[in-house]
Amino acid sequence: MTTAADGLCVEKVHVWRGDRHVLRGVSLTLGEGELLHVSGPNGSGKTTLLRVASGLLRPEQGTVTWLGRSIAAASAEFQTALAYASHEPALKGDLTALENLRFMVGLKRRVTTAELHASLERTGVAPCADLPARVLSAGQRRRVALARVLAFRAPLWLLDEPYSNLDAAGAALLSALLEEHVATGGLALVVAHHDLQIGSATRRLGLAP
Amino acid sequence: MTVGSRGEAPVLVGLGEAFGLVLRRELRLSFRRPDQLLQPLVFFLIVTTLFPLGLSVQLSLLREMAPGVLWVAALLSSLLSLDSLFKSDADDGTLEQLALSGQSLTLIVVAKTLAHWLVSGAALVLVSPLVGTALAIPTAAFATMMGSLALGTLTLSWLGAIGAGLTVGLKRGNVLLSLIVLPLAMPLLIFGAGATDRAISGTGALGALYLLAALCVLTCTLAPFAATAALRITLE
Repeated sequence: MTTAADGLCVEKVHVWRGDRHVLRGVSLTLGEGELLHVSGPNGSGKTTLLRVASGLLRPEQGTVTWLGRSIAAASAEFQTALAYASHEPALKGDLTALENLRFMVGLKRRVTTAELHASLERTGVAPCADLPARVLSAGQRRRVALARVLAFRAPLWLLDEPYSNLDAAGAALLSALLEEHVATGGLALVVAHHDLQIGSATRRLGLAP
Repeated sequence: MTVGSRGEAPVLVGLGEAFGLVLRRELRLSFRRPDQLLQPLVFFLIVTTLFPLGLSVQLSLLREMAPGVLWVAALLSSLLSLDSLFKSDADDGTLEQLALSGQSLTLIVVAKTLAHWLVSGAALVLVSPLVGTALAIPTAAFATMMGSLALGTLTLSWLGAIGAGLTVGLKRGNVLLSLIVLPLAMPLLIFGAGATDRAISGTGALGALYLLAALCVLTCTLAPFAATAALRITLE
C-alpha cells in the first residue's frame, strides 16, 4: 500500500528498450533516513531504474510516486525535492565551477554565492571555484557535481555511479556526505557496482542481468 | 520533520527569474566562444560578397539578384549555428539537469531559442546593411530589408528549435536538420525576398512584411511546445 510517509515509491515498473525487456517489474520504496544501494552487472538496468525514478523516463507499466502522488502529476513539486546526478558531471566547460553551480542551482531555489562557496568548500574544490570547468580533472569535476547536489538542499538524492573518478579521499568524503544526509532524514538512491563503505544501515537492491 | 521540507523551506524561483537565468547563461556561454559566434556572420558576409564577384558588375542585374542572394545566405548561415542549440547540453548531461530543474522545460526552450536568435539572427540583421551596400541595395530599402530579416530569422530560429530538438539524439544530425528545416523555411524565403524586392523597386512591401509577421507569430506561439515535445522524446 502506498502511504504519504513512504517518500519515493516505485511499483512494478516495466521498461522495454526496443526488443529488450530492461526492467521486469521492479519495485522499491524509500522512506525518510533511508539509503538504497542499487547494484548489478553492466546492462542490468541500474541507470534505467534511476532515470525512471527521476521521471526522465516514463515506464511502459508501473507507477512512481513521491509522497503518495504520481511524479508525473506533481512534477514541479517532486523536482524541487530532487537532486539528480547522472554519470556525466553536467558541467559547461566554458563556465567556471561557481557559475555552473549558480545557474543550475539557481533554477531550483534562490541561492547566495556564499552558500555555493560553502558547498564547494565541503567537497574540497573551493580553490577551483573561479576556474573554467574544462581545465578541471575528471575527479574535480565529479566533486563540483557533488557540490551541486549539496547546494540543491533537496531531501531526495538520486546518484548514478557517484564514486567514479574519485580518489580514496573523495570516496571517503562521499560516503561521509551520504551518511550525514541520511542521518538528517534525507533519502538516497545510489547506483554503484561496488560497496559503499557506509557504517549506517543501507539496504541493497540487486538487479539481475 | 516531514520529508518534503528539510530545514527551512527552499525559496522557490519564479518564472521570470528562471527565464532571465537561462538567458544570461546562454549569452555568457556564447560570448565565451567568440569563434562560434562570428563564424556564421563571416559566412554570411563572404557568401554574399562572392555573388558580385562572380556575376557581372552590372548594377541593375545585381539589384535584381540581391534579395534572393541575401535571403538564401541568411537562411544557410542561420542553419550553421542551429545544430548546436541543444546538442552540447544533451551531450554533457546538462539537458537532463534542466529537465529536472523544477522549471517548465518549455520556458527553458523559449529562453535558449531567444538567446540563440540574439547572437545569430539579430547579429545578422545588424550586419545586413553592409551586405546590402555590397549588393547595391538602395539605402531607402534598408529598413524593410532589416525588418524582414529580423522577422525571418526569428521564425527560422523557432523552426530550427523543433528540428534541433528532433535531431539532438543523432550522431550526425546536422544534415537531417537542414532537410527538416529548409522546406519549412520556403515561405520565409518567398515573402522575405519578396518584401526586400518590393522595397528596392519602390512598390509597397507592407503586404509581404505582414505575412512574415504572421508566420513569426505562428511559430512563436506553437513552436515552443513542439520543440519541448521533441526534446522530451529525445530525453527518453
